[in-house]
Amino acid sequence: MAVKVLKPGLSTTVQDLGRPGYYHIGIPISGAMDRFALRCANMLVGNKEGLAVLEAVFMGPELKFSDDATVAVTGGELPPKVNGEFRATWTSFKVKKGDVLSFDFLKKGARAYIAISGGIDVPVVLGSRSTYTLGALGGHEGRKLAEGDTLKFGKGRGAKEGRTIPEKLRRGPGSPAELRMLPGLYWHRITADAGKHFLEDTWKVAPEADRIGYRFKGGRKIEFVDRVPPFGAGSDPSNIVDACYPYGSIQIPSGTEPIVLHRDAVSGGGYFMVGAVISADMDLIGQLQPHTPTRFMAVTMAQALKARRDRAKIIEKIRNII
Amino acid sequence: MKIRYSYGGDEHIFVECDEEMSLDAFFKSLSITTAVKKAKIKGVTEICPANASFQIKFNPDVIKPSDLMKELKAIEKSAGKSKSKLKTRIIEIPVLYNDPWTNETLTKFRDRHQDPTSTDVEYTARINNLDGLDGFIKAHSGAPWFVSMVGFVAGLPFLYQMVERQRQIQSPKYLRPRTDTPKLTVGHGGCFGCIYSVRGAGGYQMFGITPMPIYDPNQKIKYLKDFMCLFRPGDIVKWKPIDRVEYDATVIAVEKGKFSPRMKDVTFSLEDFKKDMDGYNAKLMGALNGR
Repeated sequence: MAVKVLKPGLSTTVQDLGRPGYYHIGIPISGAMDRFALRCANMLVGNKEGLAVLEAVFMGPELKFSDDATVAVTGGELPPKVNGEFRATWTSFKVKKGDVLSFDFLKKGARAYIAISGGIDVPVVLGSRSTYTLGALGGHEGRKLAEGDTLKFGKGRGAKEGRTIPEKLRRGPGSPAELRMLPGLYWHRITADAGKHFLEDTWKVAPEADRIGYRFKGGRKIEFVDRVPPFGAGSDPSNIVDACYPYGSIQIPSGTEPIVLHRDAVSGGGYFMVGAVISADMDLIGQLQPHTPTRFMAVTMAQALKARRDRAKIIEKIRNII
Repeated sequence: MKIRYSYGGDEHIFVECDEEMSLDAFFKSLSITTAVKKAKIKGVTEICPANASFQIKFNPDVIKPSDLMKELKAIEKSAGKSKSKLKTRIIEIPVLYNDPWTNETLTKFRDRHQDPTSTDVEYTARINNLDGLDGFIKAHSGAPWFVSMVGFVAGLPFLYQMVERQRQIQSPKYLRPRTDTPKLTVGHGGCFGCIYSVRGAGGYQMFGITPMPIYDPNQKIKYLKDFMCLFRPGDIVKWKPIDRVEYDATVIAVEKGKFSPRMKDVTFSLEDFKKDMDGYNAKLMGALNGR
């Protein structure tokens, strides 16, 4: 029960729902950037929702199967092909021993999730199979896939072919993408005007966007409230005494380019943050391509929790359909 | 010291014990987070103490954010009364100051530095009125340091030197972060020291390198078999200046599984420490030497 990696793609890693519990020593949660897509991919092939899958960025890998399996591809629109023949995304299909799974060019989004029946079987490290490349931890030898790698997958009965998720339940970012955020943390460090500008301006995803964080460009410079730097913080107005960084937190080093930390976040550092993207919108960030126009929308805690419940309801609906 | 609470999105509560760094703020963060751990609150998934603040991650489907906020404030009230005593360890870390590897790296990034004509050690010695490399090494390794936070990347300790504020070494971060830092570089930014656990980007000044790994995801190194990260918040570090010969020998000893860091269990009392810092530090370092 294995696949051989003929071509690795750009950056393909093994991910599941992550590795909570070690953030206090700098090991981030990791796991799929788009957890909704991961859950869907697993459900389509008949797996438990949290099993390990492949996360492919911008470009798909080429995989040769040594055994029969059921496969599904969700997330960004990366059309799969079996021996050169197209298969539908968000829909389960069969792969036979000796078949080659490859991919067409990415049509939409940024990350595709490739689930195989039985789940990718790499060793569980600190409770998860997710890859944390910066720490060379988990996944396949702690790194992205390379040509010639062999990945085992588990024994799963596999769902039947053609299991699908209705189009209206699939979710991707619009354009401009809207990321809801809860203002807080060090929001008081910036002027009232700067706060207005931050929310009014349309930002663009910068090329420096990865699993650690997404950088945004193009909005007006953020002005700070004057202060005497606190001991230990550093002299730049954007510096704080090094503190923890929440997942989704939005830091703006020197007031120029906001960075939203994601699943492989650095766990702390010395830059102030204006708040954090709400949990319901974290998946969307994983599907943003460079240059995507993006707006930040301030919401209240009540709205954030409602959005979270709405997301949970959609997953529940999909469970019922499947 | 004024404590400040904030939500970090719908899954975190962020608590700043103080805006500025001090041992008092650090101990406040440590004592509250220790009490939160003991309280075993349902829905809390991560408890992260930091230098002068801390962060709690929770599942809002299990506990309402406002309920957790109330509970944390109640815990702060009772934990605040506890004596600042800490059962911890003192660990000796060998360091080759002014080593060839960080010197080679810093040469590549001179255009990002405040003073392109000096090395990081020379620059930091000068702006802190220390007498060159020797004066710097004396100040840096002369008194122990607290691990006031572990993070940024896996197992990286932030270190705060246990001396009066006016004696603390301070230096700015690079003007623009470097894209490379050798693994196990001993760095410094603001008033904080650190050891880079993995190779990667970084903005701290680079002073030297330790031959002793502090993070091993494969858990093959003898003293990292139980857990892949060496440091915990509250550990005490004593730097031991070494020369190139000892550096090379230690690297080989680590490879052969023959090296164990020198460490001793100690109890630290903030009140006693404040009464006589140098005397207290001498006692701590004495414990390391079996005295």
